[in-house]
Amino acid sequence: MIDRLRQPLAAAVAALANWRFFKPAVFLACLAPGVWLGYHAWRFFIGGDFMALGVDPSITLLHETGKTALILLLVTLSITPVRRLLGVNRLQAVRRMLGVWSFTYAAIHVSLYLTLDQLCYSLATCEFAAIWEDVLKRRFIFVGALAFVILLLLALTSTTGWMRRLKRNWQRLHRLVYVAAIAAVIHFIWIQKSDIREPLNWAIWLAVVLGIRIVFAIQKRRRARERLPVTA
Amino acid sequence: MIIKIKTSADVPSSEITPERIYRSRRQFMQVTAAGALGAVAGSLLGEDGFRLDAAQENLPPAKKSSFTTDPSVDPLNTLEQITSYNNYYEFGTRKDDPLRYAGRLTVKPWTVKVDGLVNKPGNYGVEDLVNFNQLEERVYRHRCVERWSMVIPWIGVSLSEVLKKVQPQPSAKYVEFTTLVRPSEMPGLQTAGLEWPYVEGLRMDEAMHPLTMMVVGLYGKVLPNQNGAPLRVHMPWKYGFKSGKSIVRIRLTDSQPNNTWAVQTPHEYGFYANVNPTVDHPRWSQAREQRLPSPLRNRPTLMFNGYGDQVASLYSGMDLRKYY
Repeated sequence: MIDRLRQPLAAAVAALANWRFFKPAVFLACLAPGVWLGYHAWRFFIGGDFMALGVDPSITLLHETGKTALILLLVTLSITPVRRLLGVNRLQAVRRMLGVWSFTYAAIHVSLYLTLDQLCYSLATCEFAAIWEDVLKRRFIFVGALAFVILLLLALTSTTGWMRRLKRNWQRLHRLVYVAAIAAVIHFIWIQKSDIREPLNWAIWLAVVLGIRIVFAIQKRRRARERLPVTA
Repeated sequence: MIIKIKTSADVPSSEITPERIYRSRRQFMQVTAAGALGAVAGSLLGEDGFRLDAAQENLPPAKKSSFTTDPSVDPLNTLEQITSYNNYYEFGTRKDDPLRYAGRLTVKPWTVKVDGLVNKPGNYGVEDLVNFNQLEERVYRHRCVERWSMVIPWIGVSLSEVLKKVQPQPSAKYVEFTTLVRPSEMPGLQTAGLEWPYVEGLRMDEAMHPLTMMVVGLYGKVLPNQNGAPLRVHMPWKYGFKSGKSIVRIRLTDSQPNNTWAVQTPHEYGFYANVNPTVDHPRWSQAREQRLPSPLRNRPTLMFNGYGDQVASLYSGMDLRKYY
């Protein structure tokens, strides 16, 4: 039954992944939310249309960039399970790009917080003490900052050169992405006042993706044990 | 600044609907029509159209009140901003949910139950409580606990005028406001994560303070539904969540009302909720605020939202860190 569903799905995903313009298409899809937001920001800041970003421009910019970063992170984490369940190895080709895009939106998100919320458009106005206080005293900012620092570290070491240099440690380091994803979802939940439906969707997605990985890990261990020679 | 002397032939600027609002209404009606099914939805469309037009009704002329901010310091927010960015969770938790869904709210007829420690309890119509020949226009700063603020031209009367009509007894120490719960017209009730009905309250001296306003209008017109039609309170020195919308019950009592947010999240929201730059919300500093539509949080928050001259004496001797 599952196989009957799996095969046409696998065929469709494989067709997409083997398409000549698959990588550029994914690139453009990742760029699109930024272009869309940038266009409205341009209308607001340059065009003087004060409704271009809704009534509260900073909330719109922060929310949209943060949400896009989180969705792209979840897509990145979904690549391996989907690849293995459907057997479409070519999907792996876009995983790093997706991860770096997620970091890019997270970096814009953090920059917006620093400029709009903490006035860091100049050194003289920047509220350094308030930023420090936010990170230490407010748990939702703390977990958000934690997620960002991890993404920054992973983006910096995402190049092939660093992969070679770090050898086996590269994979160990990059497992921190799970911590970043969990922290990002918690960051989103903790900023809500009473209605947590929106971040709950992302929490469920993350739980499914992590759950599949746990199943894979258990299966791997079991296979390894079966292969062990009987010594006693 | 250009000072323009108004003549009777001039249409007050407050009576002109900005084109974008007008268009968004048309669009709203078209969208409603697109999703409509048969005659039932057809009549709904008619209703929505009617409600929105009803929100455009004029009010009797209002006196300019001396309780008005200086427009050169605090320029007015536009009608579009004030009516499309609202916290009114009964219609949904997104800021544009009230604009989207409040149009279907039936505000006529409206009854307010007045009970508790009053000499004249009973069910009152809006006109019984508010004297529409004594309306005032007051431009108030409105500060949300979420750190944004607006400047809003309300129309209404002092709440004390309303309370005098129902004659509170000397034993009354608090006023409790209960706001509307109507599942058929309020799609947010099931999803907002709050207990209903929404309850707010004031100490008697706060309620009788002349700044405390019973609001029935905005920008010279009848109050739009998303802003709390047909009547709401507004206390400009308190965070916005204190100012209950679409009030259906006013109860005078000798014990402190259990206001909704203080029950929901007691370490974040208290009973007094006075605007105070030195008492932080646990999740954010209240030291600075953002005057919409500016994207920058660059305005120092004023103690009592700048109304300290009038209201600070209400709280003399109180520890405002404890009574937040």
